[in-house]
Amino acid sequence: MPEITFRIRRHDPRDKTDPEPRWEEFKVLYESTLTVLEGLFYIQEKLDGSLSFRYCCRASVCGSCAMYINGAYRLACQTNVKHLDSEIVTVAPLPHLPLVKDLVCDMDDFFAKYEYIKPWLIRNSPDPEKEIPQPPKERKKLDMPIDCILCGACYSSCPSVWGEENYLGPAALLKAFRFEVDSRDQARKERLPRFDNERGVYRCHTIMNCVEACPKELNPTEGIQWLKKAAVRRRLFGRLK
Amino acid sequence: MIHHDLIVVGGGLAGLRAAVEAKQLGVDVAVLSQVHPCRSHSGAAQGGINAALANDPGSADDSWEKHAFDTVKGGDYLGDQDAVMQMTQDAIRVIYEMDHWGCPFSRYEDGRIAQRPFGGAGYPRCCYGADKTGHYLLHTLVEQAYRLEIKLYVEQYVAKLIVHEGECHGVVAYDMIRGGFEAYVGRAVVIATGGAGRTYSNSTNALINTGGGMALAYHAGVPLKDMEFVQFHPTGLYSTNILMTEGARGEGGYLVNDSGERFMERYAPKFMELAPRDITARSIQTEINEGRGIGGGGYVHLDLRHLGAERILERLPGIRDLAIHFEGVDPIEEPIPIVPSQHYSMGGIDTNVEGATPMPGLYAAGECACVSVHGANRLGGNSLLETIVFGRRAGAEAARFLEGLDHRPPNAQSAFGAVRAMESRVEELAAALGSENAYAVRAEMADVMKEHFGVFRDEATMKAGVDKLLAIRQRAAGIGLRWIGSVFNLDMIRTVELEGMIDVALAIAVAALARTESRGAHFRTDYCERDDANWLKHTLAYYEPDAAGPRLDSKAVTLGAFEPQERKY
Repeated sequence: MPEITFRIRRHDPRDKTDPEPRWEEFKVLYESTLTVLEGLFYIQEKLDGSLSFRYCCRASVCGSCAMYINGAYRLACQTNVKHLDSEIVTVAPLPHLPLVKDLVCDMDDFFAKYEYIKPWLIRNSPDPEKEIPQPPKERKKLDMPIDCILCGACYSSCPSVWGEENYLGPAALLKAFRFEVDSRDQARKERLPRFDNERGVYRCHTIMNCVEACPKELNPTEGIQWLKKAAVRRRLFGRLK
Repeated sequence: MIHHDLIVVGGGLAGLRAAVEAKQLGVDVAVLSQVHPCRSHSGAAQGGINAALANDPGSADDSWEKHAFDTVKGGDYLGDQDAVMQMTQDAIRVIYEMDHWGCPFSRYEDGRIAQRPFGGAGYPRCCYGADKTGHYLLHTLVEQAYRLEIKLYVEQYVAKLIVHEGECHGVVAYDMIRGGFEAYVGRAVVIATGGAGRTYSNSTNALINTGGGMALAYHAGVPLKDMEFVQFHPTGLYSTNILMTEGARGEGGYLVNDSGERFMERYAPKFMELAPRDITARSIQTEINEGRGIGGGGYVHLDLRHLGAERILERLPGIRDLAIHFEGVDPIEEPIPIVPSQHYSMGGIDTNVEGATPMPGLYAAGECACVSVHGANRLGGNSLLETIVFGRRAGAEAARFLEGLDHRPPNAQSAFGAVRAMESRVEELAAALGSENAYAVRAEMADVMKEHFGVFRDEATMKAGVDKLLAIRQRAAGIGLRWIGSVFNLDMIRTVELEGMIDVALAIAVAALARTESRGAHFRTDYCERDDANWLKHTLAYYEPDAAGPRLDSKAVTLGAFEPQERKY
């Protein structure tokens, strides 16, 4: 049976006998339908029970398994080994994030920043008895940002995040955009100060790594530019929204 | 030891909705989840959520009563009609509530929530957000959890309930990020951990849907109800069983066999592709079994091409992406190969309409629970609804229970005892010179469930299946851990969860073997008819640690306005 080599970044920072990250190679049974996530399970189940990685839906919707695979940000479950067109599958954790173990990164800061921008619909008027009406052309503005699965690929790929640990990063700002652009949202000053500053939208230098990294093909940069414009308009002209 | 009034296990829609309700009622509530709540399997739901909003021009005279009738008939009259009516009545307010919290439902021109036709429903009543409804609902509730500052303990694998003198006092969890077992104590616990799809090898479910919460309650003496009723979704992708939403047929997709025939006209002439899932899955399986699969093989086609690129891109973009990534097929250009795939557990932890289990202080909601509203077969669009309706009710009921309690703290000795029990269980596993590979055992169990307890069932096949499961349980006793590291130890989690999976699988198997009739998703080729005289009742399975499988009992079905009649579609 044909085999393919998985080259995996391993490290357990809490283990004193494991001083630094290393690469380990495993031979995985190859089938034309093999995904990187299935390869990781093959290793964990048959070759090395100590391998750690996140998994959940295996259908590219939960955002658990974003990794750095053959030099690109990808979801392990969505990546067919065949399409990598390579003798070796190289798998590393999301770069520039603190490590928990092997392919598992610490996402605490990522979610703290998400929480910081107040990622919920803000309303100042009483709720109607039925739905809050939203015409399709307004709803359409949400299509892109609501597909974010919070996988962290964009955040890990952003040089502005690497350089400034307090920068909110593309995912949190995309979420701010998702609510600011929503016709039902009535936030005035509640959310604005959270992104209208040097740790927020102005730290984005439109390098657009996030666009390239996003496994859902979203465009966080576009959302951030929209927020910049909205923030400036509100500063200059005192607009509420 | 960490204290909260209420511990919610599971961060999907049911768990979050329970936590939101309790928090709004002033309860100190914490959510423990094996994955970050935004990664829960609720997010994989595609098609939509039912409520008789009557927004569609074609559904002006829809009502919650009609929704209740469709649900009861769809469930082959096994659902408790009081619970069903409660759900369809609550449906309308909980949908508007999700909208007020920002859920991005698709819309009609006038700005109202759009609704699409769904299987077994008399009206277009399924509210949707493209084909990513679960994702949108889940993120909306995650957002509310953050807004309300609900305490989230993320990546906690809950391994055991703390039970003191027959009451639930909390849970023991393995902290995947920091390592070690910890007691999370409180006088009330809501289990909301989802289904047991991964007991089957052909499931649409996420890999974490192992029935863990069912096993927690079951091992603590709480019965599992109606476990024999396992839903097979008509349209899983052929090679991976990844879900292709019923919404694809709701939007007008066809099911066709090898000769290009829309074969559903032979099985459900009126509802065609939108017959309930049990009937549609059996029809597909019959086509395959009788050699009319594509090329005579093991699948048929879901054909969307006639819908056109524009409609597919607008209404079914997620389906298209999944088909491209996981099957190499673009539905705009080609039909999609599909096969019936395990999808949903109608059965679960026995609860009443308020989410209360027979154990004081223990509640359950969502797929892990069985109220029962789905009866013998769930209608599409009713599972998302169940999570939110009964999550909310369980959160409120737990809050009422806490309010009425004396102020005794949870019992510390029982908590420490439960932690020690888990620690010594893991030490035992670590010390065992395991001759068995946990994953070989798991794969074999899941294949047995697929082969012996599938769409069509009969006595001999199921008996052989039960025997195999009992042998597998014996073998599982010989499993040892291969790694004892403290952090993110998948080997430990997956070995511990396997014990529960096998017991849940046995509950399904033994209950299925016992029920000598065909009803909803439980179809027996040796007992083809529904038998209301003997079997219009719920099955209860009790865990018997020393016996070969569960002890079975039964419980009456709550009937009501809808007299059982023959199901025709």
